[in-house]
Amino acid sequence: MAELAAPSGKSSLREWLTTSEPRSRAQARLGNAYRSWVAFSRNPLAMFGLFIVLVLIIVAIFADQLATHSPTVGGDLRTERLQPPSAAHWLGTDNQARDIYSRLVHGSRLTLMVVMLVTVIAMPVGLLIGTVSGYMGGWIDAVLMRITDIFLAFPRLILALAFVAALGPGIVNAIIAIAITSWPPYARIARAETLTIRNSDFVVAVRLQGASPFRIITRHIMPLCVPSVIIRVTLDMAGIILTAAGLGFLGLGAQPPTPEWGAMIASGRQFIIDYWWVATMPGIAIFVVSLGFNLLGDGLRDVLDPKAEK
Amino acid sequence: MTDAVNDTTPGERSRALLTFAVAAGRFLLMLAITLFGLLAVTFFIGRIVPVDPVLAVVGDRAPAHVYARVREEMGLDLPLWHQFAIYIGNVFRADFGNSILTSRPVVEDVVRYFPATLELATLGTLLGTIFGVPLGVAAAVKRGKFADHFVRVIGLVGYSAPIFWLGLLGLLVFYSKLGWVAGPGRLDVTYEYMLTPVTGMVLVDAALAGDWAVFRNAISHIALPSALLGYYSLAYISRMTRSFMLNELSQEYVTTARVKGLSETRIIWGHALRNAAVPLITVIALSYAHLLEGSVLTETVFAWPGLGRYITNSLQNADMNAVLGGTLVIGIVFVAVNTFSDLLYRLFDPRTR
Amino acid sequence: MTGAPLLEVEDLRVRFHLRTGTVEAVRGVSFSLGRERLGIVGESGSGKSQTARALLGLTPPPGEVTARRLTFDGIDLLKASRRTLRSLRGGRMAMVMQDPKYSLNPVMTIGKQMVETYLAHARAGKREAREKALAMLEAVRLRDPERVFSLYPHEVSGGMGQRVMIAMMLITDPDFLIADEPTSALDVTVQQEVLRILDGLVAERGMGLIFISHDLRLVSSFCDRVLVMYGGKVMEELASGDLSSAQHPYTRGLMNCLPSISGSSHPLPTLERDPEWAK
Repeated sequence: MAELAAPSGKSSLREWLTTSEPRSRAQARLGNAYRSWVAFSRNPLAMFGLFIVLVLIIVAIFADQLATHSPTVGGDLRTERLQPPSAAHWLGTDNQARDIYSRLVHGSRLTLMVVMLVTVIAMPVGLLIGTVSGYMGGWIDAVLMRITDIFLAFPRLILALAFVAALGPGIVNAIIAIAITSWPPYARIARAETLTIRNSDFVVAVRLQGASPFRIITRHIMPLCVPSVIIRVTLDMAGIILTAAGLGFLGLGAQPPTPEWGAMIASGRQFIIDYWWVATMPGIAIFVVSLGFNLLGDGLRDVLDPKAEK
Repeated sequence: MTDAVNDTTPGERSRALLTFAVAAGRFLLMLAITLFGLLAVTFFIGRIVPVDPVLAVVGDRAPAHVYARVREEMGLDLPLWHQFAIYIGNVFRADFGNSILTSRPVVEDVVRYFPATLELATLGTLLGTIFGVPLGVAAAVKRGKFADHFVRVIGLVGYSAPIFWLGLLGLLVFYSKLGWVAGPGRLDVTYEYMLTPVTGMVLVDAALAGDWAVFRNAISHIALPSALLGYYSLAYISRMTRSFMLNELSQEYVTTARVKGLSETRIIWGHALRNAAVPLITVIALSYAHLLEGSVLTETVFAWPGLGRYITNSLQNADMNAVLGGTLVIGIVFVAVNTFSDLLYRLFDPRTR
Repeated sequence: MTGAPLLEVEDLRVRFHLRTGTVEAVRGVSFSLGRERLGIVGESGSGKSQTARALLGLTPPPGEVTARRLTFDGIDLLKASRRTLRSLRGGRMAMVMQDPKYSLNPVMTIGKQMVETYLAHARAGKREAREKALAMLEAVRLRDPERVFSLYPHEVSGGMGQRVMIAMMLITDPDFLIADEPTSALDVTVQQEVLRILDGLVAERGMGLIFISHDLRLVSSFCDRVLVMYGGKVMEELASGDLSSAQHPYTRGLMNCLPSISGSSHPLPTLERDPEWAK
């Protein structure tokens, strides 16, 4: 593209991005992204949230390098059990003489995996059901929305519990159970968005050109629903992490010796009075990461969806 | 006059009655469908359990003909829809089967454990509402000032900290280190059997019996878990109150109230909050329903003998009848609370009457 | 003009300090008002509504009001305590706003809102307040006041709502009333009716009235004097009989835009705005 080669130097790049007359679609998109970024980066709390999430991702990638000990194999049970934080064990050791810091570092992978997998499963499902429901209308809409309502009517954690009980404990089943319980709000949002788009001129134009409903939904409606669904998903991520930790705490998530943060709190529970750090440290990790996602989600919503709240 | 008050004629009145009946009918239909779906989901979950329910009864060494007979007795050879019909029939007779763990009918267990959960969640919601609404109002009125930031921080912590972790820390600090409150459980062992259960809610029973020593003990036990649930409820309620109030305070009728020379107190509490109260009812009901759910984790931490702990205990022992029965009851209460809030909403908002 | 001026305004300014800079919505407006009718005309954004709100001390939060002189019946409104201001508002000064759909509290009955106004300013019992409210509803020519008294705002039409609003604002017998586009949100068919009622009550009680509108012809037929505003400033002050001799190009532009029965004007005239005027 010729336009892309045009900018030279920093100020002209900004001019190129912020121009009111973009000359290509790519330029318009990049310009929009740039303006959103400027608004987003003015919000220090949102930037802090982004920082936490980035740290989580980096820690998860470089867990092997960052960990000082093995996450699953403990040291000498006679001398290294339940040690308080020290130079050798930065956050102390647990009842099996395992280094808590190293377990937390490796646990970040699990947390990230849960969040990503739940999103990857629940978001397309919600998006599909919502857009189809909104575009088709009629009895399809009625049936799909009823199903959505039924899932919304169930308390999430309890439903996830029941599913895990049926499928058997384990991290994969926990992820499936959480995904099953998280799609309904996305479907609702996607449907609401579809209803506002479906009779707009450009959709009518595409329909007149003979496009199939499938093509209209996947190529023209879905892309427009994605931003608002993404905001909601980001806001939900903290909830997903907390639900996963809750399942782990109840012994229904990742099984030992996997270093899952919720399960780590559960195992530290019986020592809480004398060895407070065993249960406290993983709790802090969950708290900080959830906080990061919450701040990020709030910031994204303020930038991308200024009409929601406030 | 072109815009005189319309006098209601009998015809109009009967038409209004008809619209109301249609609305009520739709409402009941929706409720029935939701409950039906609830049953379908629990039924479905019960079917995908990898454990063979027949083997669980007869043992894995039973001869084939015994196995077949038991299978038939349990109705497992029937087509799926028939099994579902039987399941619905059982639920309507309040028959959820027997619990393997307690060997009592699940319904009896639910009736025994539910009041403890109800007591905890109700107290939590009361605390959350009493403190959350004024805090949210203050945050909206003093937007950008201390109260506003305070509510924001409370909300962020509430949305980010795992409830079971805060519970454990609470026990560590307030029970073990400071000794301000009693430990896990509903009562000290010495008081445990001094009370005849009437409602099943210890605070209510003790007050009814006039036994203030037990009452005090119960308070010191419930203080921490209910404060914890109250905190979560407060985080949600204050944040929503803030956003509703900001919306109301920007409305034209608030300016009218100022033009009328009313005091700020009256404008905020009498006019704006009265309007914000309409959506707030839904929020409080929702928060109550969520506390019933959140009790699963809280009850585990505080060894609170409620429905949540009953479900998790049964889970760990693969006692599916108990798990599904408990799940269904919480689901039904959830739906009932939401329905109730919907009705209250209509009552509070003259525009929907 | 009758008697001493009720309201004196000199160099009134309303500024909003925003993150993106300071916006001056009203820039040095001066006028005085006796027990007469003053019209303020201008397009949207001309600062006419902000002027009215500043008089009542109702400028919304980031706004700042300054004036060399801002007095009501000798009381300095900028220095008065909040308590004094509150007793003036609703008691001696009142305002009728644009759309009764939004300016009446939707979850309170009409009667309750009127009684509340009366009780906030008069030492009276509930019974007396109720009787007064019913009398006011009758004064704005609502049929069956008892019934209207117990209705909620959404149960009455726009025209009725605005009459209720007028009744509510005049229940305390104020000396001075602002009517901020009181008929713009109403059906054309009921506009005249509402205006006639307002006209009658103002004349009967000898109140001072500021009538804000974008409709030059309406204002000139309703008021004694007209203030033409643009960009937060007063362009011209005229007696309503002298409209045709208006000097300022903006006023003349407004006049030219009015449709006239005699002869068609093609092409339709457009209003010319000179940024110089606002400097």
